[in-house]
Parts: sequence; structure tokens; C-alpha cells
Amino acid sequence: MGQRVNDLMGWVDARFPLTKMWEEHLSKYYAPKNFNFWYFFGSLAIMVLVIQVLSGIFLAMFYKPDTALAFQSVEMNIMRDVEWGWLIRYFHSTGASAFFIVVYLHMFRGLIYGSYKKPRELVWIFGVLIFLALMAEGFMGYLLPWGQMSFWGAQVIINLVSAIPFVGEDLGIWVRGDFVIGDATLNRFFSLHIIAIPLILIGLIVAHIIALHEVGSNNPDGVEIKKNKDENGIPRDGIPFHPYYSVKDIVGVVVFLMFFAGVVFFIPEMFGYFLEHANFEPANPLKTPEHIAPVWYFTPYYSILRAVPSIAGSAFPGVIAMGAAIVVLFFLPWLDRNPVKSIRYRAGWYKILVALFVVAFITLGYLGTKAPTDMRTLVAQICTIYYFAFFLLMPFYTKMETNKPVPERVTMK
Amino acid sequence: MKKTILILLTFVAMTSTGLVLTSGGEHLEKASINVDDKASLQRGVKVFTDYCLSCHSAKYVRFNRVATDLGMTEEQVMGNLNHLGTKFGSTMTAVMTPEYAKQAFGAVPPDLSLVARSRGVDWLYSYLKGFYADPSKTTGHNNIVFKDVGMPNIFWKQEGVKKPLIEDHDGEKVIVGTEVVEQGTMTPEEFNAMINDLVAYMSYMGEPNQSYRKSLGVYVLIFLVVLFGFAYAMKKDYWKGVH
Repeated sequence: MGQRVNDLMGWVDARFPLTKMWEEHLSKYYAPKNFNFWYFFGSLAIMVLVIQVLSGIFLAMFYKPDTALAFQSVEMNIMRDVEWGWLIRYFHSTGASAFFIVVYLHMFRGLIYGSYKKPRELVWIFGVLIFLALMAEGFMGYLLPWGQMSFWGAQVIINLVSAIPFVGEDLGIWVRGDFVIGDATLNRFFSLHIIAIPLILIGLIVAHIIALHEVGSNNPDGVEIKKNKDENGIPRDGIPFHPYYSVKDIVGVVVFLMFFAGVVFFIPEMFGYFLEHANFEPANPLKTPEHIAPVWYFTPYYSILRAVPSIAGSAFPGVIAMGAAIVVLFFLPWLDRNPVKSIRYRAGWYKILVALFVVAFITLGYLGTKAPTDMRTLVAQICTIYYFAFFLLMPFYTKMETNKPVPERVTMK
Repeated sequence: MKKTILILLTFVAMTSTGLVLTSGGEHLEKASINVDDKASLQRGVKVFTDYCLSCHSAKYVRFNRVATDLGMTEEQVMGNLNHLGTKFGSTMTAVMTPEYAKQAFGAVPPDLSLVARSRGVDWLYSYLKGFYADPSKTTGHNNIVFKDVGMPNIFWKQEGVKKPLIEDHDGEKVIVGTEVVEQGTMTPEEFNAMINDLVAYMSYMGEPNQSYRKSLGVYVLIFLVVLFGFAYAMKKDYWKGVH
């Protein structure tokens, strides 16, 4: 039997690099042995992607991208008539939010351990592109249930396109495929949501992982393990991804699934944050809801948009700011001039700046779910200024840090 | 790092409490419902089909599904609930035609299939109990929760006639509650119980799988806890030699 399997593997390997790929990416991919809690979120993001693809395939079997049928196909057919349809839909709706939670945590990990620095700049850039694709995916997916918030949320965002001077109006019509959000918009969003963006997303994820495996993983100490290899050319601080991190990530996946199942089975609406209450009413273009809030994962950027005052009645400056808030992430590898990667060995005051950045980001997110008041707008403006200052002043303040000595080898604390 | 996280959490807690405290909200009475209580749901669906379905529809809700979920026979449902005599497997349509509704109210009353999810059960409970006599309105009634609502006060016979309790807040007249001035056919306790049954049914109708969802969730979590035990033991075993 064993001989047979070996023969078969030999036959395949002579025609396709199966063993080579397995070794390069899993059994002989040496990852630093000191990964901590923050290193679960990469594999979890792949896990959520699988959940979204599988649940999405089944939802697309019953969903109808037609303004007259869409809401009913979700709320009656899928949620009531299709066997287990409600469970698949909750997997997908909870999965959307879970995707952003793990990706935000994954990005935060990169930020604190300097995983964007040389030689991992492209890993980071592919990552930001994944984040952008994910935002597009989430935005287009949210229109599909055709509820009040689907419609009016899309209305707000597509109107941002129309705020661009000179070409805005035409661009808006081009995006909608109509003068108003209607059947044409719903159909193209469905197509983009289930084909175009997922293809781009998977392509980018492959690029992200190939780039990562080319340069090797960073770690909480920010030490390059490839600089210290044994006589066989294996990093002394490295352990093969499989089986060490595959068995460790299974633990992470099970813990993640506990939280995921907790939401899916007990609080699928997440108090109106994952499934907004107003979205249980079908889209009505004639009835503007009292308060339009995008889903929580867009609210930090929505807050930045609203915080910037409009000029001559045009929201364009806010649109620029919102775009810039994401574009600035691409430049992070060159904004940070400190040669030390990990926050562990950087200045104490830098840790406070990062902590304040997290506070500003969460505050922006919270404010984006609320109707604006003078006080809230002021707080949002302060947070927006801090958000940009944190990145744009980096070239100056990161040079002034007094670093702690970085160890030669990784530590296991 | 731990210290940083602690400082961070303190900041977040401080800013969020500050922001939450400055935001107000309308005060709703809490509905006391139990969607696992089939007797309550059965009483609720009777009130719903007798009263609400006269004008509103519940177009995503099928009679046969209600029968199965609430433990009723086809005869019971067809005899007591399906007043239009449509098929057992059909959905709940309003007795009133949309055309007539438009003439009578100026608009078609909204579909109620998902109203418990869009508005919330506390809102429904407070709304259904929030009517008071207001001679300035064509229906003769107004509502504390939904000002100038077009819906007539269908339960006035049971609840009795109520007048608003008005308080003077710095020269501004604010309605703080209602008071029964003419006793109805039900005591306030009986009336509250009926509204709770009705709201319980509407909550069930908004998401018919909710009881099953929760009970299934318990088993899923138990399974995951067991799986965690095995996964953790396997990780420990593999990692024995890593220092």
C-alpha cells in the first residue's frame, strides 16, 4: 500500500510540483517559533474566506437579483422556505463582519510588529489591496438583500462618486447604470460581488502568501530568523509551518468558531451592528430613513468623510479625505523610518502613540454609527487629524525614537 | 505590551461612556414575551389574524408553517385563523384589498412579517399600548410612540378610553404617559397579557426559526468545547520539544 502511494506521488511529481509545493509552503516553510496570539488572524482570514465562499455559493442558488424579488428571496425564500437557508444566511452575514474583525486585527499585528518593513513591503501592499477589495466586496454585498439600509447606504456612497467635480454626475450614472439605484445597479453589484471581486480577492491572497513565503514571516521580536541558520541551512529559530503551526492554528480556528457560532446561533443581528434593524424593511426609494449608517466596518472611514467640512456645498473634500485615509496605508513602509521592527524595542512614547491611534480609530468607528451632533463632529475631527498625523508625521518622529537593544535571537515570552 | 493594552482599554472605556451618556433615546416599555411558550403564541396568532390581518398582510408567513411551529392542526388553523379561506399552504394576506386601503387610509398598511425585527418587540408593545384619545385626529386617537399615526386604535373597546398625561417641561408640553378615563372590557392586566401574547407571536413570525436556532446553538457550542479539548491536547503534544 505504502509503495503504491509513493509510486503515485512519483508519477504526479514528475508532472506537477505537488511535493515541491507542499514542502515550500507547509512542511519545509520555516516560521519563527515565537508567534503569539496576534499571529492567528492570518489563517483565520482564510478560514472566513472559505466560510464566505461556501455559504455564498448556496445563497446564490436561491437569491434573485431583481428589485421586485430580491428582498423576498432573502427574507422569505432563504430565511423561511429553504431548508437550513436561515443558517447559511447567518453564516454569510456574520462572516462578513468576522472577515473585517480578523482583517483589522491582522493589520494591527502588522502595524505593531513592523511587518510592513523591508523586505516585506510588497506583502503589506498586497494586504492593503486585499483590504480595499474586501471593502468593495462588503459594500456590494450589502446592497443585495435590498432592504432600506442596503438602498440608502449605497445611495450615500454612490453620491460620493457624484461629488467629484466635473465628471461626478456622469460617473455616478455609469456606476449605477441608471439615473437612480435600480435593477441595473442591483444586477451589476450581484455580478461583481459573486464573480469579479472574489476572483480579484483570491488572486491577491495568493500573491500575498507567495510574497510572504519568499521573504519569510516576521515575528513579535522583529528579528530576521534567516540571518541565523544551522549547518543544514535551516533557521535556528524556525520551525516547519506544518505540523507546528497547522496544529496551533486549528486551536485558533476552534476558538474562533466558538465566537462565530455564539453570534450565528444566539445574536445574529449583533444588536443591529451585523444586521441593521432598518434592513428588515424592503428598500423604498421614496422613504428616506431618519438615520443612515453604513455597516460598522465602514464607519471609521465614514466618520472621516463626515468630519471634513464641505466646501461650497460639495462633499468632495470629505471624499478625498476618506480615500486618503486608505491610500496612506500603502506608504506606511516608507513613512516609518525607524529601523527597529517590533514595538517591543521601540520608544515608550511610540507605544502611546499607537495606543492613541487605536483609540482614535475605534472612536471614529463608534461615531460613524451615530447621527452627527456638534460635539460628535468635533470629536470626529480631532480623531481624523490624529489619524493623519500619526501616519504623515512618521518620517519625523520615528527618527527621534530611542530604541531598546534588539536581541540576536527570538524570545519565547 | 500588557500595560499598553490596559491603558488603551481604559481610554476606550472612558471615551465611549462619555459619548454614550451624551446621547438620548426614547423610553419604551419592556415587552415580557416568551417565544417558546406555545400557548402564548397560539393566543397571539388568534389576536393577530382576528385584528391585524383585517388591514395588514404578513405575506412571508405561511399558515401551514404556523400550524407546525405552534402545534396546531390543519382544522384548527383553517377554522379559526384563515378567515379568507385561502389554501393551508398560502401566506397571510390582508382581508382588506390594497385598493380599498388606499381609499380608506391614503396608503396601504405595511406588511407585518418582519415588523418585530425592524422595530423591535419593545417598540411594538409600547406602540400598541400607546394610543390615547385625541379629537383633533380623524381616527379620534393619537399615539405616544408614533405621533400622528394613520392607524386607528383597534383595541379601544378592550383597553378603554385613555387621555394623555401632560407635564410642563420649561414651558414645553410633553406627553409623559396615558391614563384610562373610561374602563374597557378588559382589566389593565388582561389587556397587557393580550398585547404580550400578540407581540410574542409577531416576534416568532419575524424569525420562525429563533427557538430552534438557540437550542441548536447549545449543541454546537458543546461540540466545539469538546473539539477544543482535543485540538489543544494535540497542539501541546506537538509543541513539547519547542523551547
